[in-house]
Amino acid sequence: MGLELPITGAGASTSTPVRPLVEVKNLTVKFVNREATVQAVNGVSLEMAPGEVLCIIGESGSGKSVTMRALIRLLPKGRAAISGHMRVGDYDILSLSEREITEVRGSTISMIFQEPMTALDPVYTIGDQIAETVVRHEGCSQKVGMARALELLQVVKVPSAERRLTAYPHELSGGLRQRAMIALALSCRPSLLLADEPTTALDATVQIQVLILLRKLQKELGMGVIFVTHDLGVAAQIADKVAVMYAGRIVEYGSVRDVLLRPSHPYTIGMLASTVLGQTRDADIEAIPGSPPDLRRLPPGCSFAPRCRYADNECRSVVPAATAVAPGRLVRCFKAGSPPPGLLPGP
Amino acid sequence: MADIMVGAGFQGTDEATAALKVRGYWQTVGYRLRYDYVTLFFTGMIVLIALGSIFAPLLAPFDPLKTSMAYRLKPIGFRQFLLGTDELGRDMLSRLIWGGRMSLLMGLTPVALATVLGGTLGVVAGFVGGRLNMLIMRTMDVFYAFPSVLLAVAVSGTMGGGMSNGLIALTLVFIPPLCRIAETATAQVRNLDFVEAARASGAGTGSIIRHHILGNVLAPVLIYASSLISVSILLAAGLSFLGLGVEPPTPDWGLMLSTLRQAIYVEPYVCALPGVAIFITSLSFNLVSDGLRQAMDVRV
Amino acid sequence: MWAYAARRILYAVPIAIGVTVVCFCLVFLAPGDPIQMLLPPDASQADLEYLKKLYGFDQPIPVQYVKWLMRAIGGDLGVSLQTSRPVLDEVSRALSNTVIISLGAVMLAFSLGFALGTTAAYFVGRPIDRVVTGVSVVGVSVPNYWLGIVLIIIFAVNLGLLPATGMGSQGSDHFRLSNWSQLKYAILPVITMSMVPLGIIMRNTRSAVAEVLAHDFVQTLRAKGLGELAVLRHAVRNALPQILAVMGLQFGYLVGGSILIETIFTWPGTGFLLSKAILTRDIPVLQGAILILALCFVATNLAVDLVQTAVDPRIKRA
Ligand SMILES: Nc1ncnc2c1ncn2[C@@H]1O[C@H](COP(=O)(O)OP(=O)(O)OP(=O)(O)O)[C@@H](O)[C@H]1O
Ligand SMILES: [Mg+2]
Repeated sequence: MGLELPITGAGASTSTPVRPLVEVKNLTVKFVNREATVQAVNGVSLEMAPGEVLCIIGESGSGKSVTMRALIRLLPKGRAAISGHMRVGDYDILSLSEREITEVRGSTISMIFQEPMTALDPVYTIGDQIAETVVRHEGCSQKVGMARALELLQVVKVPSAERRLTAYPHELSGGLRQRAMIALALSCRPSLLLADEPTTALDATVQIQVLILLRKLQKELGMGVIFVTHDLGVAAQIADKVAVMYAGRIVEYGSVRDVLLRPSHPYTIGMLASTVLGQTRDADIEAIPGSPPDLRRLPPGCSFAPRCRYADNECRSVVPAATAVAPGRLVRCFKAGSPPPGLLPGP
Repeated sequence: MADIMVGAGFQGTDEATAALKVRGYWQTVGYRLRYDYVTLFFTGMIVLIALGSIFAPLLAPFDPLKTSMAYRLKPIGFRQFLLGTDELGRDMLSRLIWGGRMSLLMGLTPVALATVLGGTLGVVAGFVGGRLNMLIMRTMDVFYAFPSVLLAVAVSGTMGGGMSNGLIALTLVFIPPLCRIAETATAQVRNLDFVEAARASGAGTGSIIRHHILGNVLAPVLIYASSLISVSILLAAGLSFLGLGVEPPTPDWGLMLSTLRQAIYVEPYVCALPGVAIFITSLSFNLVSDGLRQAMDVRV
Repeated sequence: MWAYAARRILYAVPIAIGVTVVCFCLVFLAPGDPIQMLLPPDASQADLEYLKKLYGFDQPIPVQYVKWLMRAIGGDLGVSLQTSRPVLDEVSRALSNTVIISLGAVMLAFSLGFALGTTAAYFVGRPIDRVVTGVSVVGVSVPNYWLGIVLIIIFAVNLGLLPATGMGSQGSDHFRLSNWSQLKYAILPVITMSMVPLGIIMRNTRSAVAEVLAHDFVQTLRAKGLGELAVLRHAVRNALPQILAVMGLQFGYLVGGSILIETIFTWPGTGFLLSKAILTRDIPVLQGAILILALCFVATNLAVDLVQTAVDPRIKRA
């Protein structure tokens, strides 16, 4: 590739246990205003090794985006109350000063967003916007920044990159714009990329291309990626690990195979059952009854209990702790160790 | 890979929102206004000014026209003259109270007339469309090509001043913008489904205009008109100031400001008073109009 | 882009023609016969007829209009009934004086209004925002002819710092920027004139910048590590075309609506010329000045539109 980037992280050594790239402990985020307090994230803990791809899945409003924004401290100051502990690389995110966090953003941690249509500044050229980031973090000249921007556009396979360098965002198609966005995010070789539904707004074919590109770049750069999606198919394709979120908590965590093929939380099971899998096309699509809880008034116990078939009094009064049902596999459910027979989808 | 897709059951419906108290539109507007103290305060101000003008004969301590050579240009608080006297020895307070009548009349009438005339023209242009729309709107464009002050001065200046000419000039100034607002709103509403449905069900043009179009056009037009009142008061006083509006010796704030201007070296504070009255009135109308627009959430 | 410019210019032509028609018709609004006013009361009928012929008042109206328009295009707007000088000379000399204070006022209003409006937009809902919003409402509510008088009272009458009216030494009506003793005379008119555009530019800047700051791409800017100042710079760059357009329009309004302020400060511009013409019922000057001012306004609008198209990459008008 045109860009020489040091390979770090996962590929380097697997024998000695590596320090996790990301460590989140008991993260909570509340949005406070005069009328109500929205408890968007309620005690998320996770660890992620360098060079790993973690997918967060969960239905709308479960707090995926808020978790991501908390990691890069992009939540509105004053309105969002964040507590807990977050470490990325050598940075303790919550203890950084305003100045320090801007240094980290875009260099150690980058983020790409869902809507390529609106995520880029409409009055600056693509090249300018990428170069601005490079100049900001590496202190080089505008000219060097532009040269780097060109290289980056070639890396993300934007055809006739030279011409695109001086194009404005509205002159590019959605797929190209998202590629430009990826180029921008990768411009300072981040060790963690936060991707918030980066392919949701794209057509299916473009979506696949972008996914393949992301996966390839991620491997080459050895960077960790936290990838939010609604689409289990996307998760299956790109993830190493999967975390399932429900009402601001991670209810299930494990490797892709384990979570998607042998789910153990009733919510994950229900979600997978209501999903049209290739081989079960004829089967009834089973929806989860009820609706997600009101984040302004969370139930005292397991947030999923009101919708859960197996819930008992314990579930309704105590929040289940995350328990390891197998190595590297966490579930927040009292019933998880012994799933009732016939619950599992499959043969 | 795309064949694994999230099913419909996965997206929970947002019953939380539906469960929220559903308030009516006007209730919401009233609720917002109740806590908008600025708007409330200046509404009170307008009411006071209006009452003062209506009951001027009862409130004014002196005859606003009675001159007195002996008491010319006396300072604020001089003997019985609470706010001093003007260059002909007339009591300022009485003249300011009486002047409110003229100034409000001169400010409100053109907006009211222009709302009716411009609004009607706009609704007709928007509803009929085609050639007639072209004709009306292009004519309006021509009048738009004059800055408002210039148009008012041009018309009343050539017609030779006087109160009625001033009113005509100001009405002419406000017709084009109101017409444009009404036309835009009507054209938008006209193409909406429910109007089509009404037409399909055999409703006559008249009843469509009455029921559907007016209901949806009136709010933006009235809100916009309310924002013009302040401009109109300023312009009307300005015309009188130039000698193109109310004629002496009738008390009018703009006219008073103009005649007192010669006396700024003698009694500067008294000279500034009529302007204070204009300022407070126009400020009140501006703030109330802003408050209404925010409460009603109308963009114009 | 060029096609758009051409279309936009073409579109302005019928408007300009409409403006000439309105200005021409003004004469018929005037009560009585303007010719009568030029002549002494005891003038003979023959004199009257002669003058009528000279000014073309004896032909059918459409013919009169076409003749008038032809003469106007040729630069002949008639002769002032008062000074007997060509109207075009009178108006063009006055126009440059008006343009000078209008430019000064709009530049002052822009720099202040832009800075304050941007600050307010960044701190939406905070005390500083309330203050700026309040100032902008005051700016558009204050009768500027009164403000002029108040400023004269303070700075000329009480403090004696600045001259009250006029433009330099007795009867001077040619303004030179380099001349400080003359520049002093422009200060109060410029400040007075800037109030309305200040309020309007502030309000527009505030809402435009606040709207840009709510866009998604601002998150991207922050996510790529830009500081708040750099983010604000992007927001301003986005809002600028719109605000420049507002500024251009305000300049047009000032030039066209300078009559009140010039009357107060006896500033020898078009507004002052107009108010003199109204007092003396000098219809040719009145008509000529209004025509030229309105055409200036049409041209300003056109220029604003073209400039905005040129500087805003988002607008791709084919
Ligand atoms: N700035 C904010 N102020 C108040 N509440 C917020 C804010 N941002 C998010 N929320 C609330 O936090 C909750 C979680 O939102 P979040 O955007 O994280 O959901 P999500 O899982 O990303 O959903 P989606 O899949 O739709 O993107 C929602 O209920 C939302 O209303
Ligand atoms: Mg989201």
